[in-house]
Amino acid sequence: MKKIIKYVIADILRNKIVLAYTGFLLVISLSIFNLEDNTSKGLLSLLNTVLIIVPLVCIIFSTIYVYNSSEFIELLVSQPLKRKNIWISLFSSLAGAMSLAFFVGTGVPILLYIPTDTGLLMLAMGLVLSIIFVAIAMLAAVATRDKAKGIGIAILLWLYFSLLFDGLVLFLLFQFEDYPMEKIMVVISAFNPIDLSRILILLKMDISALMGYTGAIFRDFFGSQSGLIIVSAVLFLWIIVPVWLSLRNFNRKDL
Amino acid sequence: MIIANNVSKKFGKLKALNNISVTCNKGECIALIGPNGSGKTTFIKSILGMVVPDSGFITFNGKNIVHDWLYRQYIGYMPQIGRYPDNMTIGQIFKMMKDIRDRGKNIPTDEDLIEAFGLNELLRKRMSTLSGGTRQKVSASLAFLFNPVVLILDEPTAGLDPLASELLKKKIIDEKLNGKLVLITSHVLSELDDLITQVIYMQDGNLMFHKSLEDLRRDTGEQKLSKAIASVMQKN
Repeated sequence: MKKIIKYVIADILRNKIVLAYTGFLLVISLSIFNLEDNTSKGLLSLLNTVLIIVPLVCIIFSTIYVYNSSEFIELLVSQPLKRKNIWISLFSSLAGAMSLAFFVGTGVPILLYIPTDTGLLMLAMGLVLSIIFVAIAMLAAVATRDKAKGIGIAILLWLYFSLLFDGLVLFLLFQFEDYPMEKIMVVISAFNPIDLSRILILLKMDISALMGYTGAIFRDFFGSQSGLIIVSAVLFLWIIVPVWLSLRNFNRKDL
Repeated sequence: MIIANNVSKKFGKLKALNNISVTCNKGECIALIGPNGSGKTTFIKSILGMVVPDSGFITFNGKNIVHDWLYRQYIGYMPQIGRYPDNMTIGQIFKMMKDIRDRGKNIPTDEDLIEAFGLNELLRKRMSTLSGGTRQKVSASLAFLFNPVVLILDEPTAGLDPLASELLKKKIIDEKLNGKLVLITSHVLSELDDLITQVIYMQDGNLMFHKSLEDLRRDTGEQKLSKAIASVMQKN
């Protein structure tokens, strides 16, 4: 397995899109930190770019990469290798390469300018989101043979996680405003890894007072030790479940 | 060596393979012939485990290939279209395949084709910069690299220049004389005359016949394979 990962990661890291993505993140992070005197304000501006751009690039690039590798995957399947190993290697290489790109582009500036708890949390969340969206991309890529359809599914999934989900939550909140929704909101937020990481980082930033009563409930839950463990478990599930589903599908797929 | 038993496969409504039963033995060089979409590639892919048959089974050296993957170390496969990750170099592809196949056993490799095709001078070239023909050369060299007992070649000479396809044909004949089993699909029947010993003819997913070349020549009264096949196709 390691043998394949080594060569595939080397291939991805020399891809122009990944290089451009790294450079872009680096320029954004450095310019934000250099323009803002207040580092926590800088972190807040960075937060929004990270939560939008990282999932988008990870999911689309990975989907396209898997489709473009279809003949290469066929060749690997004709070798004495288990399908499981091939798929997991491909996932690990993509996840490794995208995380590395994020680490160089955003992690290094964070470590240089604001190596605080909040900064480190944001770095961790960026890495986790990169891996989660590579995992979701693997699922989108294995779902259909048609490349255009696959990329369409990937874009829709991204749209759902970054825009539609918030809209749905707002809709729910307004519909049921007469009922106590605060506790349910904690559960609902687990269905979107982007929201989950946004809440975690905002709570760390001490601006949760702006979020009213829901903020207090969130603070209560996510601030506790057990809450943090549950959140980590949920984020971990967001990696494992898509990979497992895509693997199950890949094992039965006719190439 | 390879035995297929009542293998059937459907893609949606299309019957890609319909109750195919074939026995392939050592030292044979078998041509899979048939019109486009007759199920040749699907059949090859089911031998390689890329396509899982709906019913029937395939054995390799007496062992069922379902859920097995180690048997593929005895097979060299050259796909119809070879595409590799864009930023890998030819040298890296060869090194990766050696890493995958080797498993610490130090299998002797057969680099005749790499030398014959002159790929040694191109080892540092990236795959995205290569022409289709050069990629075919890489695929061919990979299929022969590990001295496999079985060679499966899907349209091997498509896209190769005349010199390279002569080199490849010579290599195929050498390996056949070494007692290996070779399966070839091709539409260029004139090339197959001096290569093959047996013919499998497929149409619409059905196996029409599996005969030795001499039998086919005798039955049709034609010496050339292309003429013999043409007369078979007219009869159908």
